[in-house]
Amino acid sequence: MSTLGGVVRSGIGRRRVQAVVIMLASLITATATVLAGSLLIASSAPFDRSFTEQNGAHLTAQFASAAATESQLSATASASGVTGSEGPFRTVTATPVPQGGRGPGMPAMTVVGRADPSNATVDRVKLTEGRWATGPGEIVISADGGLRLRAGLVLTFPDLPGSPSFTVVGIARSVSRTADAWVAPASIDTLSTADRPSGYQMLYRLAAASSAADIDAGRDAVMSSLSQEALLGTQSWLNTKATSEQTTALFVPFLVAFGLLGLIMAVLTVGNVVSGAVGAATHRIGVLKAIGFTPKQVVWAYIGQALIPASLGIGIGVVAGNLLTVPVLVETEDLYGTTISGVNVGYDIVVVVATLAVVILTGWAAAWRGGRLRTVDALAVGRAPAAGRGRLAARLSAVLPLPRPVSLGLAQPFARPIRTVAMVAIVGFGSASVTLGIGLASSMAEVQEARTHDKAPVAISALRQEGPRPEGPPEITADPAAVVAAVSAQPGTKGYYGLGETKAAIVGTSGSFDVMYFTGDATIGGFVMTEGRWFSGAGEAVVPTPLLTATGSRIGDSITLDVKGSLVSVRLVGEVFSTENQGMQIFTDLGTFAALSFKPFQYRVALTPGTDVTTYVDALSPSLKPLGLTPHANNQDEESEILIIINSLTAMLTVMLIAVAGLGILNAVVLQTRERIRELGIHKALGMVPRQAVTMVISSVVVAGIVGGAIGVPAGMAIHDTMVPAMGDNAGLTLPRVVLDIWHPELLVLLAFGGLAIAVAGSLLPAGWAARIRTATALRTE
Amino acid sequence: MTVIELQNVSRSYGEGPPALEDVSLSVQRGEAIAILGPSGSGKSTLLNLIAGLDRPTAGTVTVAGTRIDTLGEAGSARFRRSGIGMIFQFFNLLDDLTVEANVLLPAQLAGAPRAEASRRAAQLLDTLGIARHAKAYPGRLSGGERQRVAVARALMNRPALLLADEPTGALDSASGEEVRRLLNDLHADGQTLVLVTHDESLASACASRMIRLIDGRIASDSAATAIEAGAVR
Repeated sequence: MSTLGGVVRSGIGRRRVQAVVIMLASLITATATVLAGSLLIASSAPFDRSFTEQNGAHLTAQFASAAATESQLSATASASGVTGSEGPFRTVTATPVPQGGRGPGMPAMTVVGRADPSNATVDRVKLTEGRWATGPGEIVISADGGLRLRAGLVLTFPDLPGSPSFTVVGIARSVSRTADAWVAPASIDTLSTADRPSGYQMLYRLAAASSAADIDAGRDAVMSSLSQEALLGTQSWLNTKATSEQTTALFVPFLVAFGLLGLIMAVLTVGNVVSGAVGAATHRIGVLKAIGFTPKQVVWAYIGQALIPASLGIGIGVVAGNLLTVPVLVETEDLYGTTISGVNVGYDIVVVVATLAVVILTGWAAAWRGGRLRTVDALAVGRAPAAGRGRLAARLSAVLPLPRPVSLGLAQPFARPIRTVAMVAIVGFGSASVTLGIGLASSMAEVQEARTHDKAPVAISALRQEGPRPEGPPEITADPAAVVAAVSAQPGTKGYYGLGETKAAIVGTSGSFDVMYFTGDATIGGFVMTEGRWFSGAGEAVVPTPLLTATGSRIGDSITLDVKGSLVSVRLVGEVFSTENQGMQIFTDLGTFAALSFKPFQYRVALTPGTDVTTYVDALSPSLKPLGLTPHANNQDEESEILIIINSLTAMLTVMLIAVAGLGILNAVVLQTRERIRELGIHKALGMVPRQAVTMVISSVVVAGIVGGAIGVPAGMAIHDTMVPAMGDNAGLTLPRVVLDIWHPELLVLLAFGGLAIAVAGSLLPAGWAARIRTATALRTE
Repeated sequence: MTVIELQNVSRSYGEGPPALEDVSLSVQRGEAIAILGPSGSGKSTLLNLIAGLDRPTAGTVTVAGTRIDTLGEAGSARFRRSGIGMIFQFFNLLDDLTVEANVLLPAQLAGAPRAEASRRAAQLLDTLGIARHAKAYPGRLSGGERQRVAVARALMNRPALLLADEPTGALDSASGEEVRRLLNDLHADGQTLVLVTHDESLASACASRMIRLIDGRIASDSAATAIEAGAVR
């Protein structure tokens, strides 16, 4: 072994704790980096990736079977601009209930008869659970339907002759959202009746599909060989994409910020640990130089001592990061119906090289200083801090009415001010990270809560419809007064509102806007206002920020809507938080369109506290059935899956950041305790018991913990309070106040102790060592 | 009254020859004994065992009526607080603390009331002639003065036994003479004293009994010699 190798090996042997700390800090850094990178990858254009993987349908079209034959539809595959197609698939709309009649009511669903699509040309629907439906009585449910169903559940269709039952054999995701459920092609017969004949679905890939005009052109090409009556409706992939990306668009900046924070924190700490370890070895560097080591050899000797444990840690960390990432990405994969490999070798290599570079750079910077010191000066640097430092603090702490081990510990940081500043920085960064992480998670939850409108627990929709409608719910034809009477008479009703949707143009502005109109008390739907108030009657409207921006309007202004050729003026009385349709929505009272005879498409019912949704739905169902309506649970938790992913990732990163901060403190306290080992021996010789030694060591980090926390928590809050509105601005949204008002007193108290907790946790190991070391050994140590 | 009782004490470190082997020793209250011997003879090991800083691999160690070889770290630390005062060759004063704070430390670790501890420290500093240095830091004092501070600290909790490990080893001759007189005075006042030293003149000046160690065994004990001589007469 070379002389240099011998020095490196003996150095690691002598400083085992520091070697372990460097190894662990590197391990966590690499793990956090892989995880944070995966977080960014997972949040980057998941729709596009899964759309490409599934070869999603650019255009989904529904046809009436009475107006088009299968062969006519098959022929549309060769229409101009069509590059691929699937279908025709027979399709029906039917309303199931879980077998036994219990459980929340379910809305009508579009069921498509389709053979296993895993090798399809277009829309390769991906199974997330179970298998594809191949025989009679088997059904596959879409995971995007808002219904939390599991394989094995039996669904009955009571409105159909013979009340046929289907067993859920699989859960699947179609990125193109082509159906709510699929059955084997032959099973469609069971679900269709003479008065509700099946229709057809065709799925198309288009040569040009990047704009609404392209899609319209594709639709026109398809329809060139068919009668216009044949087309019941179409669905553009652009709309599906927009809907899907509403979920992630707002969260991506949060993820990027948190991921980057994790990386910065991890890199800072590993740098701090390495430089601290090398900096503490100045005396030994003097010895090496005295026996003939050149400055260059000294630098490499100490880089080597950091590099060996760091390499080990980075290797394990990359593997651990990938292992931790896989389950998270599987969740993402399930959510978007895409396939993401957890192991990105290219990214892993970048992580390894970058982390090693940080270790080498910080080690070099610290060792270079030692290497350049004159030998005599390096030798003169003893273990203990220079005499005289911290005396004032020692004097002041001695008069405090505290047990002596506490006051001795409190004074220690002042003897090594630079190291104490580094400890404060570590705790500060740790506290800031935790504060920001918790803040971002809370804000994300609030954003998710605020953007989830229409939260009333019960929905009422039409029981049957004329044919499949790919876009939008069926219109309710029943007399609204009768619906209201039935709902109002039902015990457990707290409030209700009806809602419908239409398209409108705004005079003076290009483009089409969604108009949501309401009857009853829509405020129970959980719409969150960012400014102004909810509309109070006809002629008033509220809109999201993007629409205000697009129209150049302000609260108090009036805009003129062109709805089906009728011009209607509305006064804007409030700004509502909504991300749907990029915020191009108008919310108003049904009375605004009195001349147009609009009716609600659905009703929503809020329940009095303690009312069970299933019981309520079961009880209300008989009163609504004669009106052609069915009540069911209004599931709005479909998007919580992404929150689960984000929360689990941020929780993992937060824990890692705390661990890295704790390791930084551990390293500093190990150095401090080693330097003061002789003092410790003296204390023990004078009667300091192990418990008092522990108290003294822990007390030595209290100042850093409190000051670091006092700096870190407000810093984290300030970053959060600056970052979150900026993210909203980026997304063109004014975030509701509740998204920023997350700093509740109890949370602040908890966070205030966070810095202290990190510091104390980091000091426990060396404190235990200080307690255990034998007095004679400590006194002998030079 | 017996203050120190060692019975068949041995202490080994690893595979090598024992640092102490089958040592038995009894010290009475008010006695001042000097332990002499060349380097590696086991003097410091014996002192560490009596102070409860180390534990024997065989035999029993009883100090002031307490079996200290069975005590854990906490137990022996508590015992040292009240039962033993120690003086070291290189003083082992804490440079960051003033003279007064150094002297107060054993009482503070024992949880003694502040006012009482301060009175005792002031009295000791006065008695030992270093009261004027109470607010000074040890680094500013001469070697003799520092050792006086160490003596004051050792006596703070009125220990039954004072252990001194080469107390003049790091001092010039004038300061060494100063410390020698101090130890003599303490012995004269009835303080039980165990002195480990290379210095024959210090041993003969301060101790009433001399024990010589060679290779971990007691080679001679002046008390035993005197008894034997008396028996012969």
